[in-house]
Amino acid sequence: MSAVVNAPAHDHHEDHGHHHKQTFISKYIFSFDHKMVAKQFLITGLLMGIVGIGMSILFRIQLAWPEQSFAIFEALLGKWAPDGVMTPNIYLALVTIHGTIMVFFVLTAGLSGTFSNLLIPLQIGARDMASGFMNMLSYWLFFLACVIMLCSLFVEAGPASSGWTIYPPLSALPQAIGGSGMGMTLWLVSMALFIASQLLGGINYIVTVINLRTKGMSMTRLPLTIWAFFVTAILGLVSFPVLLSAALLLIMDRSFGTSFFLSDIFLDGEVLSHHGGSPVLFEHLFWFLGHPEVYIVILPALGITSEVVATNSRKPIFGYRAMIASILAIGFLSTIVWGHHMFVSGMNPFLGSVFTFTTLLIAIPSAVKAFNYITTLWKGNLQMNPGMLFSIGLVSTFITGGLTGIILGDSTLDINVHDTYFVVAHFHLVMGISALYGLFAGVYHWYPKMFGRMMNKNLGYIHFWVTAVGAYGVFFPMHFLGMAGLPRRYYTNTAFPYFDDLADINVIVTVCAIITALVQLVFIYNFFASMFYGKKATMNPWKSNTLEWTTPVEHIHGNWPGELPVVYRWAYDYSKTNSDGEYVITGQDYVPQNIPMQENEEDLHH
Amino acid sequence: MTVFLVIIVLALLAVTGWQISKIFELSKSPDADTSQVANNKDNENQGKLMMGFAVFLYLLMFYCFWTFTNVTLPDAASEHGGKYDNLMLISMLLIMFVQIVTQALLHYFAYKYRGEAGKKALFYADNDKLEFIWTIIPVITLAGLIIYGLFTWTDIMSVNEDEDPLVVELYAQQFSWTARYAGEDNTLGEANVRFIEGTNTLGVDKEDSYAQDDKVVRELHLPVNRPVLFKLRSQDVLHSAYFPHFRAQMNVVPGMITQFGFTPTVTTEEMRNNGDIVDKVERINDIRRENGDDSYEFDYFLLCNKICGQAHYNMQMKVIVESEADYEAWLAEQATFGESMSEE
Repeated sequence: MSAVVNAPAHDHHEDHGHHHKQTFISKYIFSFDHKMVAKQFLITGLLMGIVGIGMSILFRIQLAWPEQSFAIFEALLGKWAPDGVMTPNIYLALVTIHGTIMVFFVLTAGLSGTFSNLLIPLQIGARDMASGFMNMLSYWLFFLACVIMLCSLFVEAGPASSGWTIYPPLSALPQAIGGSGMGMTLWLVSMALFIASQLLGGINYIVTVINLRTKGMSMTRLPLTIWAFFVTAILGLVSFPVLLSAALLLIMDRSFGTSFFLSDIFLDGEVLSHHGGSPVLFEHLFWFLGHPEVYIVILPALGITSEVVATNSRKPIFGYRAMIASILAIGFLSTIVWGHHMFVSGMNPFLGSVFTFTTLLIAIPSAVKAFNYITTLWKGNLQMNPGMLFSIGLVSTFITGGLTGIILGDSTLDINVHDTYFVVAHFHLVMGISALYGLFAGVYHWYPKMFGRMMNKNLGYIHFWVTAVGAYGVFFPMHFLGMAGLPRRYYTNTAFPYFDDLADINVIVTVCAIITALVQLVFIYNFFASMFYGKKATMNPWKSNTLEWTTPVEHIHGNWPGELPVVYRWAYDYSKTNSDGEYVITGQDYVPQNIPMQENEEDLHH
Repeated sequence: MTVFLVIIVLALLAVTGWQISKIFELSKSPDADTSQVANNKDNENQGKLMMGFAVFLYLLMFYCFWTFTNVTLPDAASEHGGKYDNLMLISMLLIMFVQIVTQALLHYFAYKYRGEAGKKALFYADNDKLEFIWTIIPVITLAGLIIYGLFTWTDIMSVNEDEDPLVVELYAQQFSWTARYAGEDNTLGEANVRFIEGTNTLGVDKEDSYAQDDKVVRELHLPVNRPVLFKLRSQDVLHSAYFPHFRAQMNVVPGMITQFGFTPTVTTEEMRNNGDIVDKVERINDIRRENGDDSYEFDYFLLCNKICGQAHYNMQMKVIVESEADYEAWLAEQATFGESMSEE
């Protein structure tokens, strides 16, 4: 089937190169080309990441040295930090926007937006996405969402400040908190655009993977990156519309007097007319997206890791089919575990039992993935490129963060650690840091493909090691804050004496956070400087098997100058030997997917 | 302290900057390998660093458990809390075991199999037996944990009405808690925010005969060893009633009544003499003396644990667990709802 689809695409390309004259605008701004769209997503995501991480540093400073005056607060927060002391309202706003930006704008759009766009066509052997126009639209809606979210920081009564989960009634009533006025409206508008962007992108990814695979690229020959992006896109398509509906109902409650989520409320000396709604309904709708969302964030990172670990270990990924099965199992299970965020929300305790069961099931495919990564390293010939270091780092943080999930997923144990710093430590390690490592691994690994130049490896090493030490320094001690019973989202922990002795831990966490954040500047410098001064890349610098490395270094519209490559094998024939112990291709420890089966070669896999 | 830390941070930054510039210069030297792909030397160094990192990670974990365990909560002060702590201990031991083994393997392999030019990696694509083993082991362990957890959960969440629990309403509003005892009939009078008026801040129905003996107070007193059933009501936004020492938490949702029941087993007085708490209070008082604050004495508390607005961080209520006699004496002093309404 794919051959039939590709034939016209190929003909189309032939006359393409001759007529099409690209202007600056069509090449760099409103580009249809998936490689350019990917770069746009990446750079926008990184810029949003600087904002998001910067915010976390501000509120970490407040937590370590509560209610002290800092010039940086006065400079950046203005009226929200009279005399340089951060106010409780802006603290909550920073926490909220940090969460929103990191989860959606950096780790969803910046990670899966970038690498799905870049890699899907290149790794399956397609000229471009199924719809270049929708792809462009997807980016520009995302861009607009970013602009609106950033604008919301400057409204009079402050940006949204009811937590990234925006639970009503707090998010619905400006009387309850200032940020729920104009700030919240802009938040909702921004997220609505963001969801539209995700849906346009997601449909495109799915259609492209299903229809545009080149000849010979069966589903079981796809690199694991593509499997991860494919399942991620399906998850997004299933769950994001539910968030949109929740947002729409919330807009109705806020602006048109409906009562989907509000009931029996007395605020500011008067009873509101809302009656009959339930905030618990909102929690269900929100987490129906919210939980798949964390897998939308982590699956692409795991996909990238699979590819980077296999390439740099010079070994096939261990248990390719088990890895696919795990991705599918995680994808499926992730849609039926949302209730574990709501064990103590007041929903029926029986439901809690059901969700405990489904949640702990997810540990099984996750464990299989972790074991498979470790086995892939075993007896490898590990090439310690920066991308590889970040991939190994990801496996480490994914295990550390994943294990505490066993505690939080157990409804009983959740009772006392729910909404404490234990949760904060858990999800930052398992989806925040791990997904960021996936993002970095991807950037270091595919930078030569994106920009035709290499990033500086020594700066990469510094970036990795300081980040690895710093990230554990931030989040490992944080578990103990949670086990001390310290609730999250507290402006200060010293309003009453019981938590006074946690001050030391808070200082350690903040100092580590500042160091870790600063070392990201090394990455930013390396990223932008290498675009201009980096060493020119060769066609296949990591000696990789996948199809993107068969394209020329200079980007061309349509990816391959001649005919599309034909695929004869899976993506993981690293260090494959014939029965006589010699490499299949003499003197080369890898066999790219477009190389036909050789004489004497055993068909070991696929 | 602050100044000291700032200096450390600045010093570290300076070192980082210096190192970066040094390495950057080294990386630019003309005779060096400029391919930016890891070479033998990189593999060697980075592989060793991986092992070094494993050592760091183990030291960090050890240090954290060694020095920070004393800030964690003391033994549970409620009947079900013992089971909770037990399950937590088992789960912790299990995950720390897995953590120690897997991190060791991961980093050791990264070190042991660091690349070398000309070395041949093993083409090893799958092994059904191995994969079966590491699927089935998590299945069995998790099945055990799930079953144990679910029994405990059902036990905690089902309220035994036969035990005649003391019924207390916890009423949440931005940013305070109020408690309403059900009085002699142990039945709370009807209430709704639409009845809020004047001093009737909880919106209790004045016409309801069950309401007359209710007692509205700002401090929670609980008799030791008697089951309590909390009925939770909020007047404005979501809150969460969190009793960390009793291993109890339930959200408070406007428009509905949620509940959580537990039996306190340790009085405030006993808890003050608990070794962990004595140490903790001593440490806190050392810090407070340094800052010139008043000295502190331990009390149980109820916290709000669901973001509820700007003063969320200070929404709390004192909880006192005492003997049945002390509790009765205290309760007798409180005015009933009927009395306080008729005073007006």
